[in-house]
Amino acid sequence: MKISRFFKTILLLDILSGLLIALKEIFKNKKTINYPFEKGKISPRFRGEHALRRYPNGEERCIACKLCEAVCPAQAITIESAERSDGSRKTTRYDIDMMKCIYCGLCEESCPVDAIVQGPNFEFSTETREELYYNKEKLLDNGDRWETILAANIRADKPYR
Amino acid sequence: MFEYLNIIFLETYKVLFLLLPVLTAVALMVWLDRRVWAFVQKRRGPNVVGPFGLFQSLADALKYLFKEIIIPASSNKIIFILAPIVTMTLALVAWAVIPFNESLVIADINVGILYLFAVSSLGVYGIIMGGWASNSKYPFLGSIRSAAQMVSYEVSIGVIIINVLLCVGSLNLTDIVLAQENLWFVIPLFPMFVIFFISALAETNRPPFDLPEAEAELVAGYQTEYSGMMYAMFWLGEYANILLMCSLGSILFLGGWLPAIEAFPFNFIPDFMWLILKILFLFILFSLVKAIVPRYRYDQLMKLGWKIFLPMSLIWVVITASYLFYFDLLPSN
Repeated sequence: MKISRFFKTILLLDILSGLLIALKEIFKNKKTINYPFEKGKISPRFRGEHALRRYPNGEERCIACKLCEAVCPAQAITIESAERSDGSRKTTRYDIDMMKCIYCGLCEESCPVDAIVQGPNFEFSTETREELYYNKEKLLDNGDRWETILAANIRADKPYR
Repeated sequence: MFEYLNIIFLETYKVLFLLLPVLTAVALMVWLDRRVWAFVQKRRGPNVVGPFGLFQSLADALKYLFKEIIIPASSNKIIFILAPIVTMTLALVAWAVIPFNESLVIADINVGILYLFAVSSLGVYGIIMGGWASNSKYPFLGSIRSAAQMVSYEVSIGVIIINVLLCVGSLNLTDIVLAQENLWFVIPLFPMFVIFFISALAETNRPPFDLPEAEAELVAGYQTEYSGMMYAMFWLGEYANILLMCSLGSILFLGGWLPAIEAFPFNFIPDFMWLILKILFLFILFSLVKAIVPRYRYDQLMKLGWKIFLPMSLIWVVITASYLFYFDLLPSN
């Protein structure tokens, strides 16, 4: 063992310099965010909770083409459709099993009318399993609640499509 | 009859007066530990429950209370239940002899340091019992490691204490503190203080010597099979032990309740506050060390204990004794 190394070991110099660095780090800015009170920035492409959007006049966008149901790799979407009294085809049932969903975003990609989208919300945990079987009503509700952000996100992402 | 009751009532009152602050301190220390650890890693740590997250440990304890206690079917049930109780009781019993002040001590016995040493040695029983009674591989390995580790480091701690006793000439903790009125023992016995600190880390299973609960290899060591309040009791006992080691270090080397400087602003701080401040200082050092060092390998741990610390402290005993004898400084009584 070299003499310098011997003194380094016996005087605990490495440990002391480590302690000094630790002390310095304590007073530096934190790298983490204070989560429930402040949140990280989310990209317009963020794939969070699903929503069904409406046209500005209140009409549902979904035309029951069932492309999302077909493309869904987890088979989380179930759609049934029927002809409405005015002759347009609309869904009578639009269910998403949020526990099957893998949040891949393919439903959003496949939708020809931008009806089903994945919004910025990622805090939708529930206390029971049943609450995570989303039906059409819940999805339309989500659409109404997040519409301004959803529309802005779609607009922001438009140039890259 | 009435007299006995009176004595019992008085003693209970005194014990509660000590235990409640100690348990509160333990809860706050857990919070402080996590907070310091987080700060070194530039995280925030627990900061939601109460101001600065001060009540985090309280919330944790409440959670543990409501959790189910699972007792493994193949365990030795009596010993399994007894183990955390023994750990926590022994960790708390030792506080009886810690003097917070010249008169503020529950049991001012003449063999205080011996008692402390004995109780902290007994602490290993709780861990061995827990590991053995679980009847499972990881707890068993963890408790074996812990037993070997604590026994090894107790030897060097014992020899270090002899150093201090040579300078004091008494086993009474109050006398030990009073002997440091002119000079804290940390100055003449500095190498011993360092070795004591490192041995205390090993003694309380703190990183870098947390091999008994090395989560990468042993899941959680001897605590693996424990849940609910029983786990919390192990956890409380562990932190009470750490606190005890910190107070022992401050009494043996940092002059207990004696103020750092006998001058104007320092005189106003009450003397028990000084002890608390010193314990706090040592504890923050404990947490900082936890944050900066990686875990030792087991053979390195044993080598450090037996081949380096034991000879070093033995040699230092000889040096101290010869010095005191040569200059005729040996305490007379």
